[in-house]
Amino acid sequence: MVRIKSPAELEELRKGILSKRDPNKPCITLCSGSACLASGSGEVAASLEEEIKKQGLRDEVDVRKTGCHGFCERGPIIVIHPEEIGYFQIEPKAVPEIVSQTIKEKKVIERLLYTDPSTNEKIIHESEIPFYKNQERLVFGSNGSIDPTSIDDYLAIGGYSALAKALSGMTPEQVLKEVKKSNLRGRGGGGFPTGRKWEGSRNAPDEIKYVIVNADEGDPGAYMNRSTLEGNPHSVLEGLIIGAYAIGAHEGYIYVRQEYPLAVENVGIAIKQAEEYGFLGKNILGSGFDFTVKVHQGAGAFVSGESTALMTALEGRVGEPRPKYIRSNIKGLWNRPSVLNNVETWANVPLIINKGAGWFIQFGTEGSKGTKIFSLVGKINNTGLVEVPMGTPLKDIIYKIGGGIPGGKRFKAVQTGGPSGGCIPAELLDLEVDFDELTKAGSMMGSGGMIVMDEDTCMVDVVRYFINFLTDESGGKCVPCREGLRQMYKILTNITEGKGREGDIELLEELSETAIEASLCALGKSAPNPILSTIRYFRDEYEAHIKEKKCPALSCKELISYYIDPDKCQACMICLRKCPAEAIDGGKKKIHIIDQEKCTKCGTCFEACPPRFGAVQKISGEPVPLPIPEEARIIARENKER
Amino acid sequence: MSEIILQIDGREVKAREGMTILEAAQGAGIFIPTLCHHEKLEPYGACRICIVEVKVGGWTRLVVSCVYLAEENLVVRTRSEKVDRNRKTILELLLAHAPDSPKLQDLAQEYGADKDRFEKVASFCIHCGLCVRYCAEVKKKNAVGFVDRGIRKEISFIPEIASKECWDCKECFPLCPTSALQAAYVLTEALTSSSPSFGPALEE
Repeated sequence: MVRIKSPAELEELRKGILSKRDPNKPCITLCSGSACLASGSGEVAASLEEEIKKQGLRDEVDVRKTGCHGFCERGPIIVIHPEEIGYFQIEPKAVPEIVSQTIKEKKVIERLLYTDPSTNEKIIHESEIPFYKNQERLVFGSNGSIDPTSIDDYLAIGGYSALAKALSGMTPEQVLKEVKKSNLRGRGGGGFPTGRKWEGSRNAPDEIKYVIVNADEGDPGAYMNRSTLEGNPHSVLEGLIIGAYAIGAHEGYIYVRQEYPLAVENVGIAIKQAEEYGFLGKNILGSGFDFTVKVHQGAGAFVSGESTALMTALEGRVGEPRPKYIRSNIKGLWNRPSVLNNVETWANVPLIINKGAGWFIQFGTEGSKGTKIFSLVGKINNTGLVEVPMGTPLKDIIYKIGGGIPGGKRFKAVQTGGPSGGCIPAELLDLEVDFDELTKAGSMMGSGGMIVMDEDTCMVDVVRYFINFLTDESGGKCVPCREGLRQMYKILTNITEGKGREGDIELLEELSETAIEASLCALGKSAPNPILSTIRYFRDEYEAHIKEKKCPALSCKELISYYIDPDKCQACMICLRKCPAEAIDGGKKKIHIIDQEKCTKCGTCFEACPPRFGAVQKISGEPVPLPIPEEARIIARENKER
Repeated sequence: MSEIILQIDGREVKAREGMTILEAAQGAGIFIPTLCHHEKLEPYGACRICIVEVKVGGWTRLVVSCVYLAEENLVVRTRSEKVDRNRKTILELLLAHAPDSPKLQDLAQEYGADKDRFEKVASFCIHCGLCVRYCAEVKKKNAVGFVDRGIRKEISFIPEIASKECWDCKECFPLCPTSALQAAYVLTEALTSSSPSFGPALEE
C-alpha cells in the first residue's frame, strides 16, 4: 500500500480501485457476522470456495464475506449481485446448486428465496423483503456490501471521503458546527447532544485531549454495536478521526469488550490498513493533523460501559464509576478533556460531514434526528438488527419489520434500552420511538435493545431477570445501587415464589426512589426503570402474585400447577412416558392423573400432549381439582375408537 | 486560594476554593453524617449518607457533600424531607448487614431507620472501603482489597502481602464501622496458618 498524501491522491486511489471492478461481474456476498457464523456461514463459505473452483468459475465470480446484514433470523444469508438475489438460511449442501444454477445459468432458485408469510409470495430482491423495505439503513446499510477486512471495499463505496472533506475543506470549528447543526445525540444511552459534548472538550484549556469509542455493549440481547464494528469498522474509525480533528485530539482509544473477538480482530485490521494508507498517523492526507488510535479490550463488565468507569478502566484500574461532579469531556481520561461516544454515534459522523447537517435532519423527529439501530429480539418473528428513522411507530418496528409475534400469540410488552430500560405495554404500540418519547413512557433509548415479550411472559419474572442481571453487573460501589438491587431482587423473587407480602410494591417503589436519587452513576439511577415501568403498566400482575398467589401469565413455577382434564384425556400415554419425574399415573385405557407431590413443574407433559387433545392444563391461583374416582378413569374401547 | 462564601442551613459559611461542602460544613461546626469519609483519604462517594440538597441556578438537586465542591453563593440544606428519607433507606439497607454496629445504630435513631426493614445479609461489611483505601493511600501496601463486583463484592486480604505487612500494623482495624474487617483478617490468617511467614517477624 502507498501512503496517501492528499485528498487528490485519495480520489486517484479510489478511481483505481473502481476501475478494476466490473459492476456487472457476479459477486456473491455472504453474511459472515457473528450471528451468521454461529448458524454455519463459515461452512457455507468453505463450500462456496470449493464449488467455484470445481466448476471452474474462479475468474468469473467474486465471493465477498461481509458483515452482518441484519436479518439474523434467516441466516446465513447470501445475496448475489448485481441482480441482488437474496437467498436465506443457506446450508452448504445448497451451494453447488447456487453456483451452477444462479451463477452459471442465471436462474433463480425459488426454494431458497424469502417467502412473505402474509402473502406466500416469493421475493427475489433482498431490498424488497418487508424486513428491509421498511427500514432506513443509513449507517448499517453498507454492512452487507463490503468485506470488513478490505479497506479497498470501504474506499470503493466512498470511504474516507468525509475525512478528506473535513481535513482539506473545513476548519475544526466548521466540523464542530456541522455536527452541532445536525443535532446528533449520543447513541449509547443518555442521548446527550454530541456537538455540545465535543464543544466542551474543544474549549477546555488542556492541550492534550482524547477521543474514545465506547464499544462495551453489554445489554442482554443487544448486538448492534458489535455488528457495526465487525461489519464496517472503517466507518467508526473515520468518524473518530473526524471527531478528533474537530476537538483537537491526537490520541484515541477504542474500548471494545474482549467477548467480541471478531470485532476486536476486524477493528485491529482496519487500524493497520488505515495507518498504511495514512488515514492515521502523522500529517494525515497532507493536512498537518496527527492522530493515532489504540484498541483496549474490556474485561466484560457491564458497568465499564458507563463513561467514567470506562475511563478508569482505560487507565488500568478497576472499572468503577467516578464520584466526581465534573463532566468527562472537561476532565476525563487521565484528567484530560475526553470525548467518549458510542460506536453508532461515531459511525454517523462521516455521513453528516459528507452529506451535510441539512440532509441529516430530514430524518427523525424534532428532538431526535437521524436513524437508530435497534436489536430486535425475544418473541418476535424476524429477529435481527433494524435501522429506522427516529420517530418510527413502535408497531411498525414490531409488525411491519419484525413480522409480529410467533405462534399467533398476543404482543404483551417490549423492553427497550437494555436491562435498565423499561417495559412498554401493548397500549403504547403507537408510540413514536425517539429519545424523549421513550423517556416519557418510563423507559429509555439506551443503546437500542428491544426485547419483545408475548402473552406467556410474566412481567414480574422478567423484571426479576433484569434486576438479577444488574445485581451481578453493578460496580458494587455505592449503597443505593448495590444494596438496593440486592433487596429488590429478594423482594421480586419472593413475589414470583408466592411469598410476596402486602406492601412489597410500595417497598420496591421506595428502594427505586433512593436508587434514582442517591446512586453514584447512571447504572444505579436507571436500574429501577424495569420495576417502575411494570408497576405503572402491569400493577395488576404484581397484585395477582401477591394477593391471589397467582401468576396470570402462567409462567412462575412456584405459582402454577399442571393438571390433566379428565374429559379431554385420551389416555394416550405420551405424557406419561415423557414425564421425567414419573409423576403421571395412568394406563392405556386409564385416564392420566398428575401426582402433584411428585410433579416438578417442568412442563414436559404440557408440551407433549397433542394439541388436538389439549388435555394438560396450567392452572394458577386456584386449587388443583381432586382426581376423579378410580372407576371413572377407565375409558371404554368404543369410546376411544370413536 | 481565594475565599468563597456559601450558605449552609441558613448560615453564611466561609470556605476555600477546592473545599467540598462537607469540609466547609465541618469547618463551620455543622454536622453531616458520613460513613465512608476519612480526612486522610481521597473522597470516595460510596455510602451516599452525606447526601445534601443544593440549590444551583434555581434548581434543587441532591448531591453527596463529600465530593461536591463548595461554590460561591451555593445554598445547601443538610436536612430536608428528601435528604432524610434517603438517609433512612440507606441506613436500613446497611443495617441488614450490621444491625448491631453502634455507629449505624446511632444514625438509625436519628433518622428513624428500622434495622429489621430488610432481610438480613450474611456479611457485616458495608463496603465503605476505609480499610482498602487506608492501606492503599496512607500505608501504600495494598494488603487488603475489594474482590468481585455487584452484590458479590467483598473485602479480602491478599495473603502474600498481608502475611508480611499486617502483623505489626493493623491500623485499619479501628476504622471499620462494623468489625467485619477483623473477621476477614482472621479468616486470611486461618487460611494461611500453615505458612510460617504469617505471624510476628522473627528475630534474625
